[in-house]
Amino acid sequence: MTGTAKLRMAILLAVIAGLALVPFVVGEFYLLLMTKIAALAILAISLDLLLGYSGMISFGHAAFLGVGAYAGAMLAPEYEAANMLITLPLSIAAATLVAFLIGVLAIRTSGIYFIMVTLAFAQMAFYVAHDTPFFGGSDGRLIFSKPQVRLGDMVLADLSGNEIYYYTTLGFLIVSYLCLTMIVRSPFGQIIQGIKSNEQRMRALGFPTDKYRLASFVIAGAFAGLAGYLLAYQAEYVSPAMLGWQQSGLLLMMVILGGSGTLWGPAVGAFLLIAVEEFLADLTGHWMGLMGLFIVLIVIFLPHGLAGLAARIYRPTEAEVDDD
Amino acid sequence: MPPPAKKRGRLFIWHKHMELSFYLIQALNGVQYGFLLFLVASGLTLVFGVMGIINLAHGSFYMIGAYLAYWLSAMTGNLFIAVLLGLPLSIAVGFAVERFCISFLYARDHLEQVLLTYGLILIFNEGQRILWGNDVYGVAIPNWLSGSITLTDTQSYPVYRLFISFACIAVAVGLYFLIHKTRLGMTIRAGASNREMAQALGIDINNLFAAVFALGAGLAAFSGMIAAPVEAVYPGIGENILVVSLVIVVIGGIGSIRGAFAGAMMIGLADAFGKTLAPDYASFIVYGVMAAVLVWRPQGIFGGSPQ
Amino acid sequence: MGKSGNSGTSRRRFIAGAAATTGLAAAATALPTRFAIGAKAPIKVGIMLPFTGTYAKLGENITDAMMMRIAAAGDMLGGRPVEYIKLDSEAAPPKAVDNATKLVKGRNVDFVVGPVHSGVAMAMTKVMKKAPKTIMVVPNAGANQLTREACAPNIFRTSFSNWQTSYPIGGELHRRGHKKIVTLTWNYAAGKQMAEAVSEGFANAGGDPSGIENLWIDFPSVSFQPLLTKIAAIKPDAVWVFFSGGGAVKFVKDYAAAIDKKQIPLYGTGFLTEGTTKAQGEAAEGIITTMHWADTLDFPTNKTFMADFETATGRQADVFGVQGYDTGSLLLLAMAAVGGDTGATSDIIKSMENTIVAGPRGGWTMSANHNPIQDIYLRRVENGRNVILGLAHAQLEDPGTGCTL
Repeated sequence: MTGTAKLRMAILLAVIAGLALVPFVVGEFYLLLMTKIAALAILAISLDLLLGYSGMISFGHAAFLGVGAYAGAMLAPEYEAANMLITLPLSIAAATLVAFLIGVLAIRTSGIYFIMVTLAFAQMAFYVAHDTPFFGGSDGRLIFSKPQVRLGDMVLADLSGNEIYYYTTLGFLIVSYLCLTMIVRSPFGQIIQGIKSNEQRMRALGFPTDKYRLASFVIAGAFAGLAGYLLAYQAEYVSPAMLGWQQSGLLLMMVILGGSGTLWGPAVGAFLLIAVEEFLADLTGHWMGLMGLFIVLIVIFLPHGLAGLAARIYRPTEAEVDDD
Repeated sequence: MPPPAKKRGRLFIWHKHMELSFYLIQALNGVQYGFLLFLVASGLTLVFGVMGIINLAHGSFYMIGAYLAYWLSAMTGNLFIAVLLGLPLSIAVGFAVERFCISFLYARDHLEQVLLTYGLILIFNEGQRILWGNDVYGVAIPNWLSGSITLTDTQSYPVYRLFISFACIAVAVGLYFLIHKTRLGMTIRAGASNREMAQALGIDINNLFAAVFALGAGLAAFSGMIAAPVEAVYPGIGENILVVSLVIVVIGGIGSIRGAFAGAMMIGLADAFGKTLAPDYASFIVYGVMAAVLVWRPQGIFGGSPQ
Repeated sequence: MGKSGNSGTSRRRFIAGAAATTGLAAAATALPTRFAIGAKAPIKVGIMLPFTGTYAKLGENITDAMMMRIAAAGDMLGGRPVEYIKLDSEAAPPKAVDNATKLVKGRNVDFVVGPVHSGVAMAMTKVMKKAPKTIMVVPNAGANQLTREACAPNIFRTSFSNWQTSYPIGGELHRRGHKKIVTLTWNYAAGKQMAEAVSEGFANAGGDPSGIENLWIDFPSVSFQPLLTKIAAIKPDAVWVFFSGGGAVKFVKDYAAAIDKKQIPLYGTGFLTEGTTKAQGEAAEGIITTMHWADTLDFPTNKTFMADFETATGRQADVFGVQGYDTGSLLLLAMAAVGGDTGATSDIIKSMENTIVAGPRGGWTMSANHNPIQDIYLRRVENGRNVILGLAHAQLEDPGTGCTL
């Protein structure tokens, strides 16, 4: 076991080191893209907490992304940089609150109904952003500039450079990954996984399963809010499309592509999906169709995503047992 | 800039000056829209109920139907011949999709099915672009159905819309007989309620699933075809109908044809009255109805207890 | 998608055709370049338009018409060859900043032509304001704020502002004696801006704006029947709407089937009957719209453009093609003025601000806020074509409120 743990740690550190070198080797466009991927990776791993550990398939995760993003945009002053120390916690708080409100209603359902009810609430959030002039309407809303970290009038850090913003996002990704890893290994994490595999039993054992499911939903929403804030300031622009069902679908795809229930898989899935999309779009005008074909083939031939593939390569016998 | 003449911010606009006929015609609009929605949603709920598959590509079959109606009626000059030719074609596409894609997924969870059928949407859209391009097309209403019935001094009602409603009723009745009075229907019911039991009784589940999926595709394509003359045929037409039919299926209870009918009527009426009485909130209505129903009954109106 | 590649012969035809009508081609190719070094290096034109999804046809027509225009001038801008870098914007605002950065920073383009979608355009302004040496030419997106609050020295528009398309018909409605008017559009930014412009035009012409009732339908719903029932119950003197593409086809057919157009006439923004009349058929007859172009405009440049476009692409020319064509003209004129020197950004901008573009829609110039000052035509659909009734507003200029250029 310790050998595996050491290997995992080594791989993790190597990946982080590699990601830290990105700004030195790529141009501005790819740096911007990597920043976006890092933020999407936070979304993917937060969604994995629901999918892979709590057994709750949310088709509305983009709603919390959107709340975090719009809160970040609305809180930004019109003609100066926002203070991240104030706007970020407030944006996360907004996403958490919305996740709680939606969660209270959504956890009454399960299975396909849960998928659909989360979709319904996310679509309602979409139309709030789309139809309301207050939020900027269908054309979206511009943000004046990237945020600063300020204490009073003292600027501790100005995040307006692309490199520093990339490192900030990467830092949040690493912190989120570590936090979520700790959460799934904690007693709380054990309980939600127990609920996923057999809710009746956990209820019989005296656990208030609804409360645990709600807590899991809210935690995932909070991290999605963080990612939404980071995405909003990456583009310095927010638009209703960030909350659309296609966006939620894209997030689900990242998790499945990477392999749910692993945390690292969905993060890799985020990277791979965006990379494949970029590659195909550069290659041909018919890239949409090829993307569809790619998805179909992945689903048919890689049942547990990349993580499943890795497990099969690394320990073939165990993976077969997993496959069942 | 002059002050906007519109009064915004009021939840409901109650039309004192409007007569009873206004509300009756709105009800007619809602019911008529509901019939069409039912036709689309019925195939989706069948596939849901019998096979346990969430088929996001259902809207693509609607799209295929609409484009086939345009293409074949332009070639043959007759919508009904187009339907006769197009229907077997789209059923065949449905059958092929089941054999070559969906059949790999029966043992997998809902999520992977969602993803696979999402990939299919992209492939079908690409096919539409290659075959028919990005233009918007119209399909002519057959001459003998092109008239209108006068309703009020300012409004008339197209005969073809009534025809759509009758076609939908006919299909609904047909479906009822198919499911409750035929052998195929019996196996469908058996497959829906207990897959293992059905298998134990010697029903070939593979053939059953292929047949049901093809039937679902056929229903979606048929709705696309008969709706084509009052719709425009354009890229993205499938996605618009997909989300609302998913909502209907869930409201009614997954797998329940009766439920799909109730859900379709609810959404149709809510749409008609919502658009005119609370226009600022019209975009929420479909989802609001669904959220409310699910909070009230977490397994839909006619759904069984959650497993 | 590259329709440009498959028509070598027809391309040569354009060269002859367009050179004869405008004489621009000769000017562009004959001008000697000021800079010997790098004169052969191509000028990079980034194209960021939708090539998939609902707006794909707009992207295609704009691109093909622009390439056709530049090909007619020998595929040279200011004596230098052109390299196009096409990118599918997908009309997706969340991808707009990345895509624009890819063109501007990744591929170092000299011009960005795009987009169609206003949300994408808003996001792109973010990138353009940080890249003052690159010039953005908007060949469609009509959001007013693009050439108002969000205007910038390096952002130009060759199409229209939403206000521009609809302001003139407000006055026309008043002149025709309509007092009780219903407007109906999708509940989204473009629709709201256009409906507001109709009211403004109506009021400025002396009409009483309280006679206008604004109706909305949730975007992108096309189930119009409930609203038609409402219109029939309101019994207005006239109805004005804005829809485009599939929505336009469906609305026009639904309206004709439910309401007698002779009793309650239908007016619209030109997009209602633009490239859609064939699909609308009989139902479109008699609809009156305003637009900065019409297929029936009777002068040589327009006729040649329409014929050439159809030969090159096999599709009918539409207003989006016109906007693409004029975008090509603007690039040609500006680069000819600086002799192909892409470094002379301020000179390019100055020349773009001061040229007169003589295109299929007639002559137009740039306003101070970089939006066309152009004729808006009043048109009526007759036998599937938009027949010109006259000028709805001559050389209309967007007010540019909030732009400090």
